[in-house]
Amino acid sequence: MTVSVKFFASLREQMGCDGATVEIGEVATVADIWLQASGGKAMPPNILVSINQEYCGTNDPVSSGDEVAFFPPVTGG
Amino acid sequence: MKIEVSDNPLNPWEELQRYEQAQIGALNSGKVGAVATFVGTMRDFNEGDGVTGMELEHYPGMTENHLQQLAEEATDKWGLLDALIIHRVGRLLPNDPIVLVAVWSSHRKESFEACRWLMEALKSKAPFWKKEILESGDSRWVEKNTAGY
Repeated sequence: MTVSVKFFASLREQMGCDGATVEIGEVATVADIWLQASGGKAMPPNILVSINQEYCGTNDPVSSGDEVAFFPPVTGG
Repeated sequence: MKIEVSDNPLNPWEELQRYEQAQIGALNSGKVGAVATFVGTMRDFNEGDGVTGMELEHYPGMTENHLQQLAEEATDKWGLLDALIIHRVGRLLPNDPIVLVAVWSSHRKESFEACRWLMEALKSKAPFWKKEILESGDSRWVEKNTAGY
């Protein structure tokens, strides 16, 4: 399946890009998507994750066509 | 209810006046007895360093949706008559307004509590990120918000 990946803020700078398209097997979690998109890097602590713009956990399953985002703690307001 | 994320300069007082004069929703119903507003502005210092500017980034779509969800949650919890949230993104300078939260209710208790709750919820849940430009010329990402309570 194909999954769209996005990185924001300091994580985008660390990764050197704002996202990627990941091709992965039919059964995958957010953590699996991270490993593939990051080239096997360890996920930095405190990273937040979302599927289709809703917060989720790293063990949550991902479906084909999903948008998965990784970003640091939020600092708005 | 209105939610807006914008890279245009924000004048919160003009926005409030414009919103009230438009008499949207319940604002013209005679039921309003209290309006609470919060305006957050940019400081020229943080963590002991002078700050000369800021870049505010968001997650288009997710940010607006979460602000909408928070405003609806506050409306349900406190029986608000209306709510307005406007948040800046892009390049900001010291003194620039960053965020406006305004809520309308029949009594002050609900407005005070809902405005405070909305601001704290926004800061902990809405996907915005700040990058500071320091007096030294260096830049750094803000890693966490200061405690609100």
